[in-house]
Amino acid sequence: MAHESVFQIFIGALLANNFVLAMFLGLCPFLGVSGKLDTAFPMGVATTFVMAVAALCAYGLNWLLGLMHLEFLRLISYIVVIASAVQLVEMVLKKHSPVLFRALGIYLPLITTNCAVLGVALIQTARDYTLLQSMAFAIGGGGGFTLALVLMAGLRERIQLVEVPEVAQGAAVVLMIAGVLSLSFMGFAGLGG
Amino acid sequence: MSALPAPNPVSTWDDMMEGVWRQNPTFVMMLGMCPTLAVTVSAVNALSMGVATMLVLVASCGLVSMLRHIVPKEVRIATYIVIIATFVTAIDYGIQAVSLKLYDALGAFIQLIVVNCIILGRAEAHASKTPPVAAMLNAVGMGAGFTIGLLALGTVREVLGAGALFGVSLFGANFQPWVVMVLPPGGFFVLGSWLLVFAWWKKRKRAMSPTPIATSRSA
Amino acid sequence: MNMPPSSALPVPATQTPTRAMVLTLGLVAAICGLIIVSAYEGSLSAVRDNRRVALERAITKVLPGANKTISYLALPDGAIVAASGGDAPVGALRFHAAYDAKGSLMGIAAEGSAKGYADTVRILFGYSPPCACIVGIGVINMRETPGIGDKILTDTAFLANFKALDTRLNAELSGLANEVKTVKHGTKTQAWQVDAISGATITSRAVGRAINEASQALLPRLVPKLEQIQKAP
Repeated sequence: MAHESVFQIFIGALLANNFVLAMFLGLCPFLGVSGKLDTAFPMGVATTFVMAVAALCAYGLNWLLGLMHLEFLRLISYIVVIASAVQLVEMVLKKHSPVLFRALGIYLPLITTNCAVLGVALIQTARDYTLLQSMAFAIGGGGGFTLALVLMAGLRERIQLVEVPEVAQGAAVVLMIAGVLSLSFMGFAGLGG
Repeated sequence: MSALPAPNPVSTWDDMMEGVWRQNPTFVMMLGMCPTLAVTVSAVNALSMGVATMLVLVASCGLVSMLRHIVPKEVRIATYIVIIATFVTAIDYGIQAVSLKLYDALGAFIQLIVVNCIILGRAEAHASKTPPVAAMLNAVGMGAGFTIGLLALGTVREVLGAGALFGVSLFGANFQPWVVMVLPPGGFFVLGSWLLVFAWWKKRKRAMSPTPIATSRSA
Repeated sequence: MNMPPSSALPVPATQTPTRAMVLTLGLVAAICGLIIVSAYEGSLSAVRDNRRVALERAITKVLPGANKTISYLALPDGAIVAASGGDAPVGALRFHAAYDAKGSLMGIAAEGSAKGYADTVRILFGYSPPCACIVGIGVINMRETPGIGDKILTDTAFLANFKALDTRLNAELSGLANEVKTVKHGTKTQAWQVDAISGATITSRAVGRAINEASQALLPRLVPKLEQIQKAP
């Protein structure tokens, strides 16, 4: 049982141990979807929702598997649950917001392979969080992911107006910016105890 | 992903080498970024992660390829994921049995191999359409390319950030390590620098050759 | 594109019959299940050995000269039982009793953990009953900043904190008489304080918190029952 408070965990996951910039989870969408602000934010929200669902299910699955002494099935069950949660989100989005569904395109099903989602489930299990702590971790982490995504999108929209040297165009300059962002987020260390 | 106008791989050797250079997962396809930046704080960790991923890749592609005629297409992605998760679980236990120190160092990223886009991508795009031996050889190539990418980062970060290589101290006790290199920002910077180097090298090649080569894709 | 030979007829675009799907999925599940179970069973003894060796090594580091270690569980109701190989009941605290060559109790080793800068810092500390103090610590697992947080491994002044860290219990035996607290570098005045490493406060505080939380929970259960484990069984 971890002794951190729910608030500490939330703030930690949001800022000091930001999923993308400090823990390197969720990098593929971070580098891929952060081109435009309008797609970055909804992507972040969708991912946060999936992370919350995944955290909930992972908690339940872990308890169930522990009862039956089938811990070695943990990884498989987690990933199957995540894949199903993503399908659910896809169906809901398709019905209620087709424009958004089309805008997110291929990146929506790719939430399944987003390390951040599985990472939430695995880390909360490793740290033995309670249900409330897990939810705080998932929502804080998702919020941090969205924050990083939005920041990067804003910055990338700015770079488009600037002359970037040819050798640095594309992923190179994005990574350099991400490095500076990560450096600045290190300033949050120790926040929330 | 845009189709590469490369000549069709004529031999299995070519097919294998595609993954090492032309379609290098780390530097060209930009897949599997999470472990690339996270575990490359030292060369040993980088090498271990690369080997672990290659083993999962080869085993998964092998099994997927062997089952390719009977897996129904409606559930193929789910099946591939289950197969990959199986081998990742096996590797997880394998690493624990070999070295607890390595296991602690790699942490959650061992289990996160299951969501490494390289593996699912290869299974879907290649292994499901190719006989087992060819699929596995291609997987070896991809795994080798990935390991090379990891090592490229791991060695630079360890040398600059800890003054050592594979645990062997290089510069003696008075060396002030560039600590940021083994911290998260360093990962971003080093990968970005490698991409800069490759882009510059490609640009030079283009400038030096008289006729434009059909390059893989523009930056 | 060449037409494939007539033996390879194009597959009709119909749904795979449910029966075939279920059979195939069943087969895949069986194969995967087999692989996982074999990997688990095959590695189990090696993993157990690794863990045991690592633990013994850590215990010998915090309690030098330990000849034999036996693991116990301190149950919530205050009883002390030998730890079996299986899972510990909820609320039980695991500790390890170290005995010298003659079989008398040398000290207790227990784990504590707290959140450091990057991730959880797990330490093993050695407790000596005669002086009711902590006599040494070892870091089991940490991911602190190299060159800064990882100084807790090597900084001699910091490690000297733990040569005789006062962890006496209060009169009611319900908790520590004085909370183990990490103080700013250079301001340590009491035997139950931990002098932080200058520039590595967060990691130093994590070590202090880990020891405090673990001792507050374990020692009240352990100290009244020390006689029970004085001699190696």
